[in-house]
Amino acid sequence: MEKLKSTLPNMFLSLMITCAASGVILAGANLYTAGPIALSKAAALEKAIKAVTPEFDNNPLEDAYMAVTSDGDSLLIYPATKDGRQVGVAVDSYTKNGFSGEIKVIVGFDTEGTLINYSVLQHSETPGLGSKMEEWFRTEKNNQSVIGRPLSNGNLSVAKDGGDVDAITASTITSRAFLNAINRAYSAYKGTDSTTGATINKGGNDE
Amino acid sequence: MEYILIFIAAVFVNNIVLSQFLGICPFLGVSKKVETAGGMSAAVTFVLTIATIVTYLVQKYVLDAFGLAFMQTITFILIIAALVQMLEIILKKVSPALYQALGVYLPLITTNCCVLGVAILVIQKDYNLLQAVVFAISTALGFSLALTIFAGIREQLSMTHIPEGMKGTPIALITAGLLAMAFMGFSGIV
Amino acid sequence: MNNIKILLNGIIKENPIFVLLLGMCPTLGTTSSAINGMGMGLATTFVLMCTNMAISALKNLIPNAVRIPAYVVIIATFVTPLQMFIEAFLPSLYQSLGLFIPLIVVNCIVLGRAEAFAGKNGVIPSGFDGVGTGLGFTLALTLLGATRELLGTGKVFDLALMPEQYGALIFVLAPGAFIALGFLIAIINKVRKVS
Repeated sequence: MEKLKSTLPNMFLSLMITCAASGVILAGANLYTAGPIALSKAAALEKAIKAVTPEFDNNPLEDAYMAVTSDGDSLLIYPATKDGRQVGVAVDSYTKNGFSGEIKVIVGFDTEGTLINYSVLQHSETPGLGSKMEEWFRTEKNNQSVIGRPLSNGNLSVAKDGGDVDAITASTITSRAFLNAINRAYSAYKGTDSTTGATINKGGNDE
Repeated sequence: MEYILIFIAAVFVNNIVLSQFLGICPFLGVSKKVETAGGMSAAVTFVLTIATIVTYLVQKYVLDAFGLAFMQTITFILIIAALVQMLEIILKKVSPALYQALGVYLPLITTNCCVLGVAILVIQKDYNLLQAVVFAISTALGFSLALTIFAGIREQLSMTHIPEGMKGTPIALITAGLLAMAFMGFSGIV
Repeated sequence: MNNIKILLNGIIKENPIFVLLLGMCPTLGTTSSAINGMGMGLATTFVLMCTNMAISALKNLIPNAVRIPAYVVIIATFVTPLQMFIEAFLPSLYQSLGLFIPLIVVNCIVLGRAEAFAGKNGVIPSGFDGVGTGLGFTLALTLLGATRELLGTGKVFDLALMPEQYGALIFVLAPGAFIALGFLIAIINKVRKVS
C-alpha cells in the first residue's frame, strides 16, 4: 500500500480516526477495569479495618459516618458491631504535620477508648527514618508501643514533649505527627461515642 | 500564607528535578552553558504555567463534567503538544526577538515530562485554580533554579581534570547527586 | 536470526539507559528498590512492544506531517489501559510507581523507537525491537534498583545480603539515585573501552 500523502483531508482524517479508535479502546478498558479497581480499593480498606478492630459481623463500609474532631476537622469513622452491639471503631485519620506531607493512618479503638491497632495507609516520610512508624509504634520495647494504651487518660505525646511514648530515633517530627493523627482519631471517635449519644452525624458512605 | 507554603515547598523542598525526578532529560541535556540553561528555563516556565491552566480547566469543565476522567493522559499530552506548537507560531509573529531566544527549546518541551507531570499532580492534589497556578509557577522556578545552578557548576567542571571513565555524563550525574543532597537540607522546613 | 540480532541490539549494544542515556526520569524516580525498577521496566517493555507493532502496522495510513501527534495518541492508548490494569490487579505496584505510569507517554525511549525504527520497518521486526529495547531498559532499571537497595538497606529483592546497619540510607533517597547511576555508567564506559 502507498504511504498517504500529507494533504489536509488526509491529515485530518487520519488523526480523527486515530483519536476515535483510541477513545473507544480507552472507554472499553475503563468499563472493564472500573469494577476491579473499586473492588480492590474496598478490599484494601476492609482489610485495614479488620486489622485494627475486634471481630465484627456488620459491614463497616456501609455504616461509616463523618465525625468532628476537637480541632474542627471531620474524619470518617467505621463502626464495628457484633450481634448488634458496638465492639469498636476504626477511624480514618490523617495529619498534615508530617516531615514531608500528609500521613494517613487508620486507627482502631475498643469501646473503652483503648487503642487496639493501627495501620499506616499512606505517607511520604524519609525512607529508613520516618517510614519506620508502621513497625516502631507496635514494637514492645521500652515505651515505643502505643498498642493497648488507653486514650481516655488524655492525648499521647512523645517523651520530648512531656509524654510517655518513645519517638522514633532521629525522627521526632514524624513521631509527633503520627501521634497527632492518633489523637485526632480519638477525638473524632469520643465526640460520637454511642454510649454518650453525642453529635452523631450520619453521612453517606462516599468511599 | 498557604500560597507561600506551596511556593517554598515546590521550589526548595520538593524540587521537581532534584527530588521528584521529573524533567531530567533537559536537566542533563541543556545544562552545559548557563546561557542555554536560561533559555530553556524561560521556555519551560512559560509553557508549564499556560499548560497547567489549560489542562486544569479542561479537566474540571470537560473531563469531569462528562465523566471522561480516563481520557486524562491522552487529552493532556495532546493539549500540551498543541499548545507548544501554537506558542511557536504566535511567538514567531508577535515577538521575533523572544522567538529567537526560546525557539529552539520549544519543540523539546512536548516530551519534557515535568509539564505533563505537573498537570497531573495538580489534579491529584485537588488544588483550586489559584493554587494550581502558584504551584505551576513555583515548580517552574524550582526547575530553573536547579538548572541554572547545575549549568554554572558544569561550566566550572569542564575546566577541571576528571578521570577518563568519569568524563561527561557520569560526573554530571554525581554532581547532580551532590546538588540533590544540598537541597535535602531544605526538607522539613514546611 | 535477524530478529534475534535486533533483540540483542536493544539490550546490549544500544542499551537505552547506559549507552543512549534516554528515559532518565523513570530510571531515577522508580529505582528505590530492585522490584520497583523491574516493575517499571516491564510496564515500559509492554508499552514499547505494543506501540512499536501498532505504529509499524499503521505507518502507511499516517501522513508524515502529523506523524508525531498520531504516535503520541497511539502511545497514550496503550499506556492508559495499562495504568488501569495495574491499578486494578497490582495495587501495591501502582502505589509505588505512582505518577511514573502515566508518564510513560512522554518517555523519550518510546517515541524515539517509534520514530527511529517502527516508522520504517515491518511489524515483526518492530515487535522484536520494542521487546529488546524494553528488556534493555528493564535490565538497567533492575540493576540500578538492586544497587541502590543493596547499598541503602543491605537487601536485594527484599533478600538480606548484609546487615541493615551497614546500609547507607542516602542511596535510597534522591541524591543516591544520581550518584549510583553516575558510577554505574562510569563502570560501563570503562568496561566498553577495555573490550
